[in-house]
Amino acid sequence: MAEIHATPQEVAARHDDVPTDGGAAQRKQIWKVFIILSVITAFEFLIAFTMHASTLKVAIFVGLTIVKAFYIVGEFMHLKHEVKSLIWSILIPVIFVVWLLLALMLEGGSIFELR
Amino acid sequence: MAATTTDTLPRRMWLGGIEPMKASYGKLMMWFFLISDTFTFSALLVSYGLVRFSYPSYDGAVADFTFSNLYWPIPEKVYEAVPFLHGIELPLVFVGIMTFILIFSSVTMVLAVEAGHRMDRSAVEVYMLWTILGGFTFLGCQAWEWAHFIHGTEGGSVIREIVDGQWVERTIFGANLTENQYGPPAFADFFFFITGFHGTHVFSGVLLNILIYYRSATGYYDRRGHYEMVEKVGLYWHFVDLVWVFVFTFFYLV
Repeated sequence: MAEIHATPQEVAARHDDVPTDGGAAQRKQIWKVFIILSVITAFEFLIAFTMHASTLKVAIFVGLTIVKAFYIVGEFMHLKHEVKSLIWSILIPVIFVVWLLLALMLEGGSIFELR
Repeated sequence: MAATTTDTLPRRMWLGGIEPMKASYGKLMMWFFLISDTFTFSALLVSYGLVRFSYPSYDGAVADFTFSNLYWPIPEKVYEAVPFLHGIELPLVFVGIMTFILIFSSVTMVLAVEAGHRMDRSAVEVYMLWTILGGFTFLGCQAWEWAHFIHGTEGGSVIREIVDGQWVERTIFGANLTENQYGPPAFADFFFFITGFHGTHVFSGVLLNILIYYRSATGYYDRRGHYEMVEKVGLYWHFVDLVWVFVFTFFYLV
């Protein structure tokens, strides 16, 4: 079974994938993403205690969460660097999930009105 | 058999001789597993959204907030305890620490993946150990948070209910699946189900990380010739971190 994943050519090819700088640029990028994620989380805390509850506050939280998700999925999970068909086969189902989330939150609001 | 194909097939082909989406078999299957896991977690978060908005929210001043099962609680009033700092109100501080621990363990995981690309076995080992440590720390934090949530605050909350046609008052402490001092029982139910399901994922992720660490430490991936397994388990671990980002926003912030 293991041979499916690693032919000798493949192993050789993978060793060619290592950048000439030994991955230093990649490591720098990883730490950069870490700093971005930390700053966004710290900012979310700031918002949580300085803003009054409102639709705008919820929108800011959701927006920042999507930014964080973009960095985690795009950089850490490397999806940004995959082929387009893979990116879309992950994104399209997720878009439907967001639709369901919004639809049922509105539905919840109308259940509240009826109670 | 696969061994005979190694001479004839170009790099990274599956057994059918093509390579869908330019990803290896294992990585693609991990992605499709993760998308199915996304649906499971979305089901929990979507139903949370539905139930949350079907309950009244607390509309008085934040400072005057008291626990009641008549309206949905403000999360920062529920999660304000930190270990060893009994009686001090530190809203969301502990959950913030947990978030940083998980993000940091995600960083060490991606560093392990990067070291695997360079076939740097000792670096993979070091980063995997950090990732495992982060995972266990997170699980420990969650165990403490659950224990606190279940046992409740010192004063508890007084609820009024009808028993045999009479209104009676009763003090309840903490929460379980049917009673909740912090708000409606549904709030506690979602807390247990969502963070519990996520915690189970963290736990199985830690087990997989330990397996990866063991296999790289014993030279298994060096013999195999590549560290792709680190990458695949890394995908899972980042997904667990990603889910926490959403749980943090929807459960603790909004």
